[in-house]
Amino acid sequence: MSEKQIQEQSLEELYAEAHEHTINVGDVKIHAKRMGGKFRNLKWASNLLWIVFFIGPFLRLGDRQAILLDIPNRQFHIFNLTLLPQDLWMLSFVLLFFAILLAVVTALAGRVWCGFFCFQTVWTDVFTWIEEKLEGGPAKRRKLEKAPWNSAKIIVRLKKYSLWILVAFLTGMSFTAWFTDAYQLWVDFFILNAASTVYITVSMFVVGTFFLAGILREQTCFWLCPYARIQAVMIDDTTIVPSYDVKRGEKRGRILKNKPAPEDQGDCVDCNQCVAVCPTGVDIRGGQQEGCIMCGLCLDACDAVMEKINKPTGLIKYASWDGIMGKEELPLLKRPRVWVYSAILMVSVIGVTLGLSGMESLELKVLHARQPLFVLQSDGTIQNRYTLKVLNKMNADMNVIISVDKSEFKGLKLLGAEKEVVAVHGTVTPVTIFVKVPKKNLTEKSQPILFTVKGKDSDGNEYKSNRESVFIGPKR
Amino acid sequence: MSENNPFPDEGNTGHIWDDNLRELSNPPPNWWMMAWYASIAFVIGYGLIYPMIPLANTFTKGLTGWTAISEFNEAVAEVEAMRKPNEDKIAAKTAKEILADDELSAYVEASGKVLFGDNCAACHATGGAGNDGYPVLADDDWLYGGTIEQIQATIANGRKGMMTAHAATLSEAEIDTLASYVVGLSEGKADEKGKALFQSKACFACHGMDAKGMAALGSANLTDGIWRFTEADQLASAKRTIAHGVNAAGDAETRNAEMPAFKDKLSEADIKKMAVYVYKFGGGK
Repeated sequence: MSEKQIQEQSLEELYAEAHEHTINVGDVKIHAKRMGGKFRNLKWASNLLWIVFFIGPFLRLGDRQAILLDIPNRQFHIFNLTLLPQDLWMLSFVLLFFAILLAVVTALAGRVWCGFFCFQTVWTDVFTWIEEKLEGGPAKRRKLEKAPWNSAKIIVRLKKYSLWILVAFLTGMSFTAWFTDAYQLWVDFFILNAASTVYITVSMFVVGTFFLAGILREQTCFWLCPYARIQAVMIDDTTIVPSYDVKRGEKRGRILKNKPAPEDQGDCVDCNQCVAVCPTGVDIRGGQQEGCIMCGLCLDACDAVMEKINKPTGLIKYASWDGIMGKEELPLLKRPRVWVYSAILMVSVIGVTLGLSGMESLELKVLHARQPLFVLQSDGTIQNRYTLKVLNKMNADMNVIISVDKSEFKGLKLLGAEKEVVAVHGTVTPVTIFVKVPKKNLTEKSQPILFTVKGKDSDGNEYKSNRESVFIGPKR
Repeated sequence: MSENNPFPDEGNTGHIWDDNLRELSNPPPNWWMMAWYASIAFVIGYGLIYPMIPLANTFTKGLTGWTAISEFNEAVAEVEAMRKPNEDKIAAKTAKEILADDELSAYVEASGKVLFGDNCAACHATGGAGNDGYPVLADDDWLYGGTIEQIQATIANGRKGMMTAHAATLSEAEIDTLASYVVGLSEGKADEKGKALFQSKACFACHGMDAKGMAALGSANLTDGIWRFTEADQLASAKRTIAHGVNAAGDAETRNAEMPAFKDKLSEADIKKMAVYVYKFGGGK
């Protein structure tokens, strides 16, 4: 073939599909074209992170599940860490961390979450991959959609839906497995012995996954997800997002056979490949918009075309609006948003770190009786009643001994703490005790008093927790 | 109103004002009619299922036989069934055995609050903190003894304090001497003159030779810091008690001290519970 023939052939190829891919207004199903490239590979790699979701529950630690979110017993096990409802405040810092992380990433690099990590994107990607393997490329799928229901269509659709349901079922089972023993779950599920909540959860996931990733797809990003709506206030002219280089591309025009391009024509050859590959069916050349999940697939498509027609790549590229318009861009460290976001991130990281490092396996809370505040006894002592709440976060019961700091109270007597108390594991054990101090030895109406609870586990490790309360006496 | 209907074909009611303002008879909207029929169906269904129509002496019962009070009674029965194992044990055991059983006494401590609040707290205050003229239950000074059996007997049978008025038999000076003697006793002071008078006037007959009181008589321990009747001026308070006595007939200024009997008001199990509950305030012996 001569060079001219090659060019003609590839030109035909280039524009063959141009009319098929239209911008998404929600009335037709988007069938995006799949093609290889840098961002496509990156997307597969980031999709793989979700493997953790599937295999995580199967990790073991000793004789129990390594990560178990045990709702009925109100405790979360994360490897060696056990979290009880009392530790819930740390969750607010964790949530703050992720909320701000999302804001930081969006402010700097746009919707990285949407394009590469969001379960909606990832599952839709897998579902459409299955669809393509069974039904063929976008053109064939569009044809099949319009085709009458004959046996061939029924068979291919059945195959597709079964595989989708299988993925959806695995998703539901994996989700459920985080909350109960994963191995037992699989056994119980099939001998119909699992809890009704398991069946309800799994079926909700099957329906939800099938509907959201199989049927609704990018419409979820358009109409259901609030993130698409708030991204506009989170990104600005300095945010690096997939952008069409307007200055270079316009005025766009098709390459015509045997006819030189007009002088004012830009580099965009109007092949519509960027629209063709877009999983949400937007036209990036219209500028940044709510439908763009910033997955970078149009960069791959455009670069491939540019290479083919011997023009420099990067007509669509990761760049900020300022960059595209040739304005000077502030370095990252000089942007106030970076500093503010980093500061909030630090606060939440410090909060969680402090919380985790300060977490005791044994915790003591002391409640002073409200009525009566104190009682005069016949021997002239003042008696205060306390309820001690001993929280044992370990995996076994522990005998603990309660003591009180007597240094500030001459002649103090502690009643009710003579015996060791069994602190039941994973819960709070209440103990009522009385403290007696001779009235003449009291100096204030209310004095601080320090309680200590101490115990040893079976390995001989000592645990201890202190808590200050008050000792109340009559008015001086 | 127009005599001749200028709009004969549109099915108006014939009520026409101002030439063309007229009343039509369109049917209500479909959704409205559907809601209307659904409401009727609901009422019929409701009447079939639930009690609805009051009759002379009775009412229509409905197919399910449901009533609000039966639902309430079922809920109460459910709670009682939950409590039954513990309640049965309480009925079978003595108060002392309940006290020795950690689980049962914890149950009593948790569930006794309502009973105490209904029957006892009006005088003795929540937590047994006591009120003016009503003894503190959280201390270890008991007129009638602080063992679990004695507390149970006090609740069941009630108590009535008894002390003669001495205004007629003792001179004012003697009352002053005795009052300062007993107030001094509680502060650990010795007073030979008072002691002699205490013995010669036979106070010891009730309060004991050591003035520490006798549980059998319900006489007060005069040597400790706790007073049955408290006033800002403890000396004046002691004088009044000596002069006018406790529950002394015919003395207008006498002290009133009476604990009602609860054996007819509370079940035996409840009395045991209250004994344990009071004992656990911290003063039981």
